[in-house]
Amino acid sequence: MPGMDTTPSPGWRRDVFDVLKAHGVRHLAYVPDAGHATAIAMAEADPEIEATVLTTEEEGIGLLAGAWLGGQRGALLMQSSGVGNCINTLGLVASARFPFLTVVTMRGDWAEFNQHQNPMGQATEAALKLMGVMTWRADEPAQVRPLLHGAATMAFDAEGACALLLGQRLIGEKEWVK
Amino acid sequence: MSGILERRAAVAALLRDRAGLLVVSGLGSPSYDVMAAGDHDANHYLWAAMGSAMTMGLGLALAQPARPVAVITGDGEALMGFGALATIALKRPRNLAIIILDNGHFGETGMQPSHAGQGIEFAAVAHACGFPQTETIRDEAGVEPLRRRIHAMEALSLAVLKIRAENLPRALPPRDGVFVKNRFRAALGFAPS
Repeated sequence: MPGMDTTPSPGWRRDVFDVLKAHGVRHLAYVPDAGHATAIAMAEADPEIEATVLTTEEEGIGLLAGAWLGGQRGALLMQSSGVGNCINTLGLVASARFPFLTVVTMRGDWAEFNQHQNPMGQATEAALKLMGVMTWRADEPAQVRPLLHGAATMAFDAEGACALLLGQRLIGEKEWVK
Repeated sequence: MSGILERRAAVAALLRDRAGLLVVSGLGSPSYDVMAAGDHDANHYLWAAMGSAMTMGLGLALAQPARPVAVITGDGEALMGFGALATIALKRPRNLAIIILDNGHFGETGMQPSHAGQGIEFAAVAHACGFPQTETIRDEAGVEPLRRRIHAMEALSLAVLKIRAENLPRALPPRDGVFVKNRFRAALGFAPS
């Protein structure tokens, strides 16, 4: 999608879906996360998008590789804990150079109330890099659109493995006591 | 429990007159069986990513709804992707057939008994998940009807073939992942990026 308008819009949650759609993504595979709720709802409502809920995140890697074999683009939406589930399967992406695009909502990253999220959250970016996935981080709403556009371009036009991490500062603190 | 079907003959019979059939094979012996039946541009052999054969077949079936897609994998490989049965059952692509070559053992690693060899029945699990067609085939008479059902694309299906627990000489598919991927896409008319 060269020349795409990357001017930030106020709703970064919508931007995630809009940029993926503008890049011709036809498959959105996901394990739900609150930070992805908008994109998931928009995907489920869009007749042009095949939205697939997964039992575990690595299923999305196989699904998207299969869709690419069949001529279609897709992306995986998951939380940082799911990156840990994906490690071995990311070898498929690397060894066959399948385009891979994922948007990862972070936990254990900033203002985390639940320390059990910290080990995987702190290892997420390094784990992706260890498996050959390029990473970008968005901590401000204005960053989401241009960074996702860049990642999608490198995934689909250059057969890259690309992850955009959405930081906890962007998503906002989880409200534990209401 | 393992069975009496001879795996190479069964897979070769399933891939006969394959026309537009697209095939994804799970790592280890199922990939060798598919290769032994004849290398083909529309075969995608997995060499690793254990547990991914069924999900790869799902993505392919969704992207190519007019073509029959067969996933040919082993009981061990399918066990690692067990949750995929639930994911696939929800999507229900009618052109997808999951074929599990079940010898009840992890054949590639020394024939250790698998869960399938100790009571887990894939056909029953798939049925419980909501697969509209499930069956267990124990003899050669069941193979040709299965081949016809794969091409009919009437409903999402899972078939378990109870095969003999034996390690046959390997028939090694190409190991260059980029080549296999691009060859497959080219067969469907898609250019490399």
